[in-house]
Amino acid sequence: MRRGAELPAGIDRALARWEGSASRRDFLKTSGLFVLGFGGVGVSGFGRRASGAESDGSGENGLGAGGPDAANPYPDPDFLQLDSWLVVHEDGTATFYVGKTDGGQGTGTAMRQMMCDELDLAYDRATLVMGRTDMTVDQGGSGGSDAIERDALPARRVAAEARRVLLELASERFEVPVDDLVANEGVISVRGDGSRSVGYGELIGGGRRFDIALTGRNVNETTGLAPVKPVRELKIVGQSLPRYDIPGKVEGSLEWAVDVKLPGMVHARNVRPPFAGARLVSVDESSVRALPGFLRLFREGNYVAVVCEREEQAIQAAESLVAEWEKPATAPFPSSDDLFDYMRGATPADAGTGRTPRPRVEGDPDAALAAAATIVEAAYDIPFQGHTAIGPAHAVADPSDGQMTIYTNDMKPYSHRTGIAEFLGMPPERVRVIWMEGPQLYGRTAADDAGFEAAYLARELGRPVRMQWMRHEETAWDTKGPAFAIDLRGGLDAAGNLLAQDYRARIANYAHVGYNQADTVLIAQLMGIRPERPSPGGGRGSDEMYHIPNRREETRPVRFPLAFETPLRTGNLRDPNGPQTTFATESFIDELAAAAGADPVEFRLRLLRGTTEDDATFRRARSIAVVEAAAEAYGWQPRPSPAPPAAAPGGDRILLGRGIAYAYRIQTTVATIAEVEVDRESGRVWVRRMVCAHDCGLVINPDGLESTIQGNLLHGISRTLYEEVRFDNEMVTSVDWRTHPTLTHRDAPETIDVVIVNGDPNPDRPDLPHYGAGEPSHRTVPAAIANAIHDATGVRMRRLPLRPDRVLAELAAAGLS
Amino acid sequence: MSEVTLRVNGETHALDVDPSTTLLYVLRNDLGLRGPRFGCGLGQCGTCTVLMDGRAIRSCMRPVSRATGEITTLEGLSDGGELDPVQQAWIDEQVPQCGYCQNGQILTAKALLDRNPTPSDEEIRQGMNGALCRCMTYYRIQAAVRRAADAMAAESGGEVDR
Repeated sequence: MRRGAELPAGIDRALARWEGSASRRDFLKTSGLFVLGFGGVGVSGFGRRASGAESDGSGENGLGAGGPDAANPYPDPDFLQLDSWLVVHEDGTATFYVGKTDGGQGTGTAMRQMMCDELDLAYDRATLVMGRTDMTVDQGGSGGSDAIERDALPARRVAAEARRVLLELASERFEVPVDDLVANEGVISVRGDGSRSVGYGELIGGGRRFDIALTGRNVNETTGLAPVKPVRELKIVGQSLPRYDIPGKVEGSLEWAVDVKLPGMVHARNVRPPFAGARLVSVDESSVRALPGFLRLFREGNYVAVVCEREEQAIQAAESLVAEWEKPATAPFPSSDDLFDYMRGATPADAGTGRTPRPRVEGDPDAALAAAATIVEAAYDIPFQGHTAIGPAHAVADPSDGQMTIYTNDMKPYSHRTGIAEFLGMPPERVRVIWMEGPQLYGRTAADDAGFEAAYLARELGRPVRMQWMRHEETAWDTKGPAFAIDLRGGLDAAGNLLAQDYRARIANYAHVGYNQADTVLIAQLMGIRPERPSPGGGRGSDEMYHIPNRREETRPVRFPLAFETPLRTGNLRDPNGPQTTFATESFIDELAAAAGADPVEFRLRLLRGTTEDDATFRRARSIAVVEAAAEAYGWQPRPSPAPPAAAPGGDRILLGRGIAYAYRIQTTVATIAEVEVDRESGRVWVRRMVCAHDCGLVINPDGLESTIQGNLLHGISRTLYEEVRFDNEMVTSVDWRTHPTLTHRDAPETIDVVIVNGDPNPDRPDLPHYGAGEPSHRTVPAAIANAIHDATGVRMRRLPLRPDRVLAELAAAGLS
Repeated sequence: MSEVTLRVNGETHALDVDPSTTLLYVLRNDLGLRGPRFGCGLGQCGTCTVLMDGRAIRSCMRPVSRATGEITTLEGLSDGGELDPVQQAWIDEQVPQCGYCQNGQILTAKALLDRNPTPSDEEIRQGMNGALCRCMTYYRIQAAVRRAADAMAAESGGEVDR
């Protein structure tokens, strides 16, 4: 069974290159059994086992634009071929191939639900393969909470197209029009004639292919002829189906990137500079040469690594290596205690570069502030925060037969592949990246240093190498979320209306690390490689839909003396910059509300209702809906903050307060209310209850969404109350869980209420979009907590994290402790 | 190198390794087990947890020469393919996100419930406190511990008074 008279050009070329012989090519063309091989060229074959826990779909789509040969073993799957996305097997099951990864938020489950729905196949009859550069089309991997919002759309369309083709095949078979057929759970029947039905596997399974060319200028636009279903016809979407990856994680059967073992594989450890910006003067190989299992010492610039036969031997060698390092002449950065004075006093890094962004200005903020009846000013400080993944960075690289295969939890396997190819000077067609499960992602693995290091060492050694970072290394040297110093001024009229706001931020993110760039990953920096055009840094303020008639917003980057080879190199950390900017702006809205004597919810609603300007995507209406839904679910009683009895000296030891914060991110809107207990004796803050009203449009899997929001909220609590990268004038001193603490079981909330809102004025419209949810709720948490502390105590906390000693100091200053 | 005897998930292994090697690396690299994972090597996070004679220990800190008891890893928790009630509760509550730490969470909970089958909410918080999760699934973990306690009580004909 073949579809279409001609093979697509890419496949034709592949056949020509692969076989060369016309008769062989013709045979393959007509046999319908042409399957490009996987994993068979120059690798151990491990990759076949590594692909997917439930069913191994490897080797069955394989539509590289070129085709496999020894010089070009890992071509890109062609997104314009339906067979690249979807394979139907003889038994009627299907395998989907998507170019995304899943950090544990259920992306894979949700995409499988959507594709099954469009294909009319039962959820448990499909499996999904993610993030293998040789098998799944390049959708960029993960990032920006865009999997459901953006990348699921082509996935839905190709599944719909497959269903269309299957209906056509059935139409030919039964000689009835497509309109007289019904597709249901993988079976197509003639309407009203139960005796005439055929399964998908019988129509196209058993190695046969759709051979349908798709259209679209890029992968996001990929489409066939079939439309996606209107929302009201989706049956699997909207169900809280269990995540398919959970049983393997609970039973211990899942194979993770950290578990990869290859024949002949050896173990590597890095040796990092003991001081930021240190120069390696010498290494004494004799200090490790006689150690058991020692194989090689690598040194290139300031990059140092040891390789040993066994893992514990590599650790011992790294610890034993004697090396002489020279401190830089200039202190690399201010200490974390002096950070914010430094940031406010520094000349911005973009000054005089011609790349200074113009401030965003609406109305006439200076005039409006001059005319205001009340001026409110506040300065907010947010430190560097680490990713501090629960498992340090790791990867295995296999250089067999002149190819390179990297087994990694890099969330962006495609740029990992091109970045490593560029770093090693290899053609990308000889490199493949196999994404496997790993510890979180949240931006850390968008530039996974360990994969570059493993690939470099493997190439040099000619053997498979496993690289594993240690805890002190991960906490000190992972990419950091940037520090912010934010100054805000606001002006109210005599009636308490907000007339103007002036937002001026400094952000310490000069030379921000990009996605798997061959010139910004840590090994490249330590080898002395510098980007030609470093990221200038900068950012923008928080997004919200408030009507503030006069406003200015300006964010300027700050550079430290040490811009490269620094443990303070910044990278994207979950909801990049969102928690920092929203901490300032949503705390400040509360400060303005307090100055106006207004209830914080009422004050926000007034700002959201302050205009009737065109609002094409219902941003304002949906914002109002989440604020109202959060207040209702919490049982919010309107009154100004702080709570009147709370601030009494000598009163109760535990003070109780509530605080709200609202935010918008891309197309998702959130309002979060925190209820906190403040212990006046210890300074401990406990967030005992959280309510989150959340509108991300069409919900694919309600329980998965709730889990994701819960994680966002608790991660937010952790960043608000505990997390800070500490450093002196020489080096980062946060190196483990004691020196970069995290939320623990003891301090988790007692109650979390997630309220799924659909504030779209037409929630039943057939094309209701599905927006992202992996990050938006995260940014509301710091301000919600700080506002709740103010409500409880009357004390305003403006410097994160809100550690007990800082809370105690503020309480003491207010005469409350 | 020298001969070390290790009893893991009901089987006895004689291994030729340096006796100062930590139990974690022997379990992972010599026995090919995947449950215990490296997190900190400092005994701070719990990711490497295994049970030794029913007690939760940190395999990243334990030299293999001092792993003299009966070791149970996550793989050994299920009984002939049937999941432990703690594992079942983890699935029912859809606890894991990335799941990297969940080995430690599950085994810490198992040891906690074996010691105290009817823990209060406060005892769950205290008992689980050393097991860190950076996806912050604490809320669901605590719900799963309560669910497992209830399931185990129902199995033995009792009830958890909570």
